[in-house]
Amino acid sequence: MPANRFNAFTDYGIGIGLRIPHYQHILDNKPVVDWFEIISENYMVDGGRPLATLDMILERYKVVQHGVSMYFGSAEPLNKDHLRRLKALVKRTKTPWLSDHLCWGSVDGTYSHDLLPMPYTFEAAEITARKVRAARDFLEVPIAVENVSSYAEFHMSEMTEWEFLNEVVERADCGILLDVNNIYVSSRNHGFNPYEYLNSVPVERVAQLHIAGHSNFQKYVLDTHDHPVIDPVWKMYEQAIRRIGPTATLLEWDDRIPSFDEVHAEALKAEKYIHAPALVSL
Amino acid sequence: MTLLEVQRRMARAIMQPLTGADRIAPRTDARYVKPNDRLSPRERLEIYSRSYWFRVLDSLYDDFPGLRAVLGQRTFHQLSRAYLADCPSRSFTLRNLGSRLADWLELHPKYAGKRHAVAIEMVRLEWAHIEAFDNAADKVLGPEDLLELGANFRAGLQPHVRLLELQHPVDDLRIQVNRASDERGAVSNAALKQKHRAVTGRVRQLKPRQIFLAVHRRNDMVYYRRIEADEYRLLGALRDGRPIGGAIRYAFENSPASTNEQRSKLETWFAAWAELGWLCPPKEKEVKR
Repeated sequence: MPANRFNAFTDYGIGIGLRIPHYQHILDNKPVVDWFEIISENYMVDGGRPLATLDMILERYKVVQHGVSMYFGSAEPLNKDHLRRLKALVKRTKTPWLSDHLCWGSVDGTYSHDLLPMPYTFEAAEITARKVRAARDFLEVPIAVENVSSYAEFHMSEMTEWEFLNEVVERADCGILLDVNNIYVSSRNHGFNPYEYLNSVPVERVAQLHIAGHSNFQKYVLDTHDHPVIDPVWKMYEQAIRRIGPTATLLEWDDRIPSFDEVHAEALKAEKYIHAPALVSL
Repeated sequence: MTLLEVQRRMARAIMQPLTGADRIAPRTDARYVKPNDRLSPRERLEIYSRSYWFRVLDSLYDDFPGLRAVLGQRTFHQLSRAYLADCPSRSFTLRNLGSRLADWLELHPKYAGKRHAVAIEMVRLEWAHIEAFDNAADKVLGPEDLLELGANFRAGLQPHVRLLELQHPVDDLRIQVNRASDERGAVSNAALKQKHRAVTGRVRQLKPRQIFLAVHRRNDMVYYRRIEADEYRLLGALRDGRPIGGAIRYAFENSPASTNEQRSKLETWFAAWAELGWLCPPKEKEVKR
């Protein structure tokens, strides 16, 4: 039974990101995996091997789309070519929901290809929410926005990051892809209590969870997705599950990618927590 | 400050070229960014700036291995930085990052020095390779569609078939670069260095020779197929929407081939194109009278 109206897929279980180094292993060995998350932009092409491989994966597995360049938080309007291609992919994958980041990355038509941090202002919240609504209406699929890791904050901010997240999702009436690792990374970089953030998230809107590893540098923590998940992040994940209930969970591993079995085994560590008794009954 | 204003300022800061030591420019305006107990505002922007530059440089590095072989790593790196400073991404996907490189290099020959002509042709080939890899494949016109061709019959060229007229046989060089890259990890360092020297030597020895090339995709693999000059002209005319009668006249207008030779060539070409699946129904907007 769905835990909330944005979390209609509580039986999705634990997925991993579909990545090129694992294609052959997956196609040859057909491992049992609850679902794969794809980076939408990798398949927003007109033909060739990317789509051929995706079609083979779709024959056997459930696939959920995750985007990296919709840039809901950019002040400029949504890119129509991007939306058109994304809609074609949505029809192809039949993704039950679609996620992208609560960030900006383009200005005046120039793209950074990065997930840049938002100034937490009411003006930014309104612009972002308006774009989320427009994308959802065009794509005709539920949208969840993901909190990003960040390394900079702005003087002009009028609220905390979690207040900004709440402001956007309320105005847009959309779901949340809650990245637990990103909360941890940002808390280290900005000096806030990650549990204050976690406990402020409206559980009724959480559609999906992300977990990942990161890298510690001397003066900051970088969200590199190239390590196993550390214990403090697993603890936060457990707390998230206790608040939200069983939720589709995805391990991200995008750099220095080990074998498929190693990545999958890391993801399956979430089994220990995913059915933890809920603290809140909805 | 509005959202648009802060985004313009931050984009300008992080997309400006890094210094020689890969640091953000010392006079970068970062007053709108908060410091913390470990990092100044400028240092916080530097994290994003380095990430931006490493990402786009890596993308160009991966997409143009042949250009790297032609120029050498150091010159390629200098060219990449200059190109990306002039032509930052205008697309939501990094796939299109090199789309303006050939035109840019035409205007900035100093970045390729003596190898400018070869470098431009390698860029054109590698961009065609990217397009052939994931451009659309429309419905194929098969042998049954080509049985009775009238003069007004029109056919289009598959979007994944890219035609190139080149003055250097850079296709051979690119194939050799691919082989060297495929073998990396499977051979010793000494053998790898030997192969690198062989590729570098081949670049030096590359002599001008006009070739016509179709870069195309079959079974999800990209291939380079040398074609004849007349064949190149005919395919180009069909792609541009000419009816087949006019396209054939255009293709052979300066050809020394006799009528019988032309007929024989046409039979051979159409059979090959049907087998390769190169022809498709014409796009309405491409139809020319």
